[in-house]
Amino acid sequence: MADPKPRVKVPKKASKGEVITIKTLISHPMESGQRKDKEGNLVPRQIINKFTCEFDGQVVFTCDMDPAVSANPYLEFNAKVEESGTFKFTWVDDDGSVYETENKIAVE
Amino acid sequence: FVAFAPGLSFAATDKTDAAIKEFTGGATPAEGTVSLDTPEIAENGNTVPVGVSVDSPMTADNYVESVLILADGNPNPLVATFHFTAMSGVAEAKTRIRLAKTQDVIAVAKMNDGSTYIDRKEVKVTIGGCGG
Repeated sequence: MADPKPRVKVPKKASKGEVITIKTLISHPMESGQRKDKEGNLVPRQIINKFTCEFDGQVVFTCDMDPAVSANPYLEFNAKVEESGTFKFTWVDDDGSVYETENKIAVE
Repeated sequence: FVAFAPGLSFAATDKTDAAIKEFTGGATPAEGTVSLDTPEIAENGNTVPVGVSVDSPMTADNYVESVLILADGNPNPLVATFHFTAMSGVAEAKTRIRLAKTQDVIAVAKMNDGSTYIDRKEVKVTIGGCGG
C-alpha cells in the first residue's frame, strides 16, 4: 500500500477567540473487512481507527472510526483559537502505524 | 395499529439499540439539540457526506463530550464517534461514510452533564457501499 498522505487545511491567520474550520483528508483504502477478493476470500480489515487534533499539546477534537468510514477518510471540525500556536494531527492505523502532520496558525 | 413508543422507535435493529444503550449508559436519548445533515438521496453508498451539529455553548463547564454516528442498515451499525472539547468552539463535524443500502443514519450526542440526545435521517442509496 502506498504511504498514506495526510492533507490538512488550516487558516494561516485568525483573530483572537475566532472559531476556525479545519479540514483533513488522508489517503487510505479503509479496508472494511467485509469485502471479498476475486477468489472469494475475505480481505482482512485494515482501517485508520483513530484521529486526533491537538493544539500546543491540548486535545481539540478526536474521532474513533469504524469500517463504515469511507476510503480516504475526510474530517471537518472546528477549533477556537486564543493565541498563535501549532496544530498537530495524528492518524492511527490498525497495523499500529501513526501518520502525523503539523500546521502553524498566527493569531492576531 | 399505530402504537408509538418514544425512544424505542429510534432503533430498528438490536445491534443499533445495543450501541445506543452502551453509549448513553442505558438511558433513552431525548429528541432535539443534535441535528444530522445528510443527503436525501446518495447515488454512491461508498461515500456519503454526513454532518452533525449540536446546540451547545461549548464552554469549560457546558459542552458536548461526544457524538456517536450509526448506520442502522449496515452489517455493523457503528460508523464513527466524534469527541469534542471546549477548545472545539462549536460542536460540529463532517465526514464521509459508507452505506450498504437505503437506511437511517443516526446521531446520538452526549453532554458533559450526561444528558443524551438523538436525531435520525433516512438516506436513500442507489448503489450500496459495502462491497462483496
